[in-house]
Amino acid sequence: MRDHLTLSVNGKPVSVPPGSLVAAAVARAGVSSFHTSVHHEPRGPLCGMGVCFECSVTINGQAYCRSCLTLCEEGMEVQTHG
Amino acid sequence: MANQRLEFEVVVVGAGPAGIAAACVAAENGRTVAVVDNSPWLGGQIWRGVQPGESLPVAPETSSPSPRQQSAGRGPGRGAQTQSQTRAGTASCGDSLLSPALSSRGGEGEPRAARDWLDRFQKCGARIFSNATVFAAPAPHLLLAETPDDVLELNWKKLILATGARERFLPFPGWTLPGVLGPGGLHAMSKSGWPVAEKRVVVAGSGPLLLAVADGLKQEGARVSLVAEQANWSRVMRFGVGLLRYPGKLLQGVGVKTRLLGVPYRCGCWPVKAEGFAQVESVTLSDGSRSWSEDCDYLACGFHLVPNLELPRLLGCAVANGFVSVNEFQLTSVPEVFCAGEPTGIGGVECALVEGQVAGLATVEDWDRAKDLFRQRAAWHHFRASLSRAFALRPELRQIATRDTYVCRCEDVRLENVKRCESWRAAKLHTRCGMGSCQGRTCGPAVEFLFGWDNNSVRPPLFPVRLASLSAPCNINKNPLETERPSSGV
Repeated sequence: MRDHLTLSVNGKPVSVPPGSLVAAAVARAGVSSFHTSVHHEPRGPLCGMGVCFECSVTINGQAYCRSCLTLCEEGMEVQTHG
Repeated sequence: MANQRLEFEVVVVGAGPAGIAAACVAAENGRTVAVVDNSPWLGGQIWRGVQPGESLPVAPETSSPSPRQQSAGRGPGRGAQTQSQTRAGTASCGDSLLSPALSSRGGEGEPRAARDWLDRFQKCGARIFSNATVFAAPAPHLLLAETPDDVLELNWKKLILATGARERFLPFPGWTLPGVLGPGGLHAMSKSGWPVAEKRVVVAGSGPLLLAVADGLKQEGARVSLVAEQANWSRVMRFGVGLLRYPGKLLQGVGVKTRLLGVPYRCGCWPVKAEGFAQVESVTLSDGSRSWSEDCDYLACGFHLVPNLELPRLLGCAVANGFVSVNEFQLTSVPEVFCAGEPTGIGGVECALVEGQVAGLATVEDWDRAKDLFRQRAAWHHFRASLSRAFALRPELRQIATRDTYVCRCEDVRLENVKRCESWRAAKLHTRCGMGSCQGRTCGPAVEFLFGWDNNSVRPPLFPVRLASLSAPCNINKNPLETERPSSGV
């Protein structure tokens, strides 16, 4: 098994151990606002278990993915909307 | 997009302790069993990151299903499809989803019971469909679940609902700032790479989970500066003394407290405000007479747990006092639908395991073995009652949200607007409170506590799903069991 996976968060490469959540990769990239609310306020994960949708990001072009339920894959492209 | 049509004698929704126990019992008694869970791993939230016992290979990709598993493929949808379905986000037990790689450091600290159950589950022959979110029940004995690639049409003869619980969040100024998370959520994510090492964390809210989370975060290298429990010291002490009846729990508690030496555990205080620019930087707490601030990188704040009742309600299961009503064999008010674990009452892992086994035995109609577990279950129900007494929410918590605090964070609906409404339904219609992507899962329990509104209106889809997934029920409704027609896709 690989030691690390590399994916991109907002175009920047991030290395994470296998088994990491996409949410974790976003946090490790130094991004705290995953998306903005309808009143344009910054939001990040709240529940960490797929309930609240506050961790939603775009993964490989698929909008609105819950990053707290998605495991990182090599070469994944993640876009936040903070 | 083609749907997968599958039939099982027993379908279990939820792969936490209750679901795992129920599935093991049913499968070991020869039933074809499927377990559906919306996460990529097994064990629910509480066992996330736990490795099964001795049999898990180091490199799970190379593992093959156990002989028992291969020979157990009697029902439709078993065996031959397994390999292709692994790619489609579903898998048989024994595939890599059992092993979130980061958790390997857990080692001896992991609860033995969790590893034993997960190990037993791997061998029991049940099929696991992970990353599969149940979103509709368009016909009797049929559930639809969305996976990353397609839709599963799960036909069942008996259904076990083990949907678990989530954390209760209460609104207060600043609770929407990034860095304010649920304690269980932060702990769970920290096991899967979320950075907590060297971070200053205040753990606040209510419930025994707070101490367990503080312990877990500390072991991950976080600097936990305070655990703030809203319940009064006297109640918590009474609960602690009551643990003498449960030696295992007592030992757990003592272990946690010992490891948390140096971390203050303050009862009778609660957060009233979180502040920060782009993310949380400090939290103000109050004990009712004085307030003070603590600097933090994360505020882990949750007020005990609330059951996930959406699917039971969609299926028409009777709910009383906030929990699914079940008889002594865990049967709900709906024939052939059973419920086990937190949806019947917040009782913790041991309670869920016993209820899961009873439900599993009930599906195979082994009433005698089910009855043998009643005494054990009664003891955990006693524990469950003491939990709810000890960590009941104090009325002061109804005052911590100010008029401009967002109650519904999906739609940014402020307290002052929600307050003007006379019911949950009116609030939905007039303010969009609870109408966003979480569908009221976050604000629902909050307004229930704040205003006493029952959040009982549930309709499909239970979660936001792709349009293509929504097209599937149309075909099924016309002809639920006969055709093999592929879905039209959108």
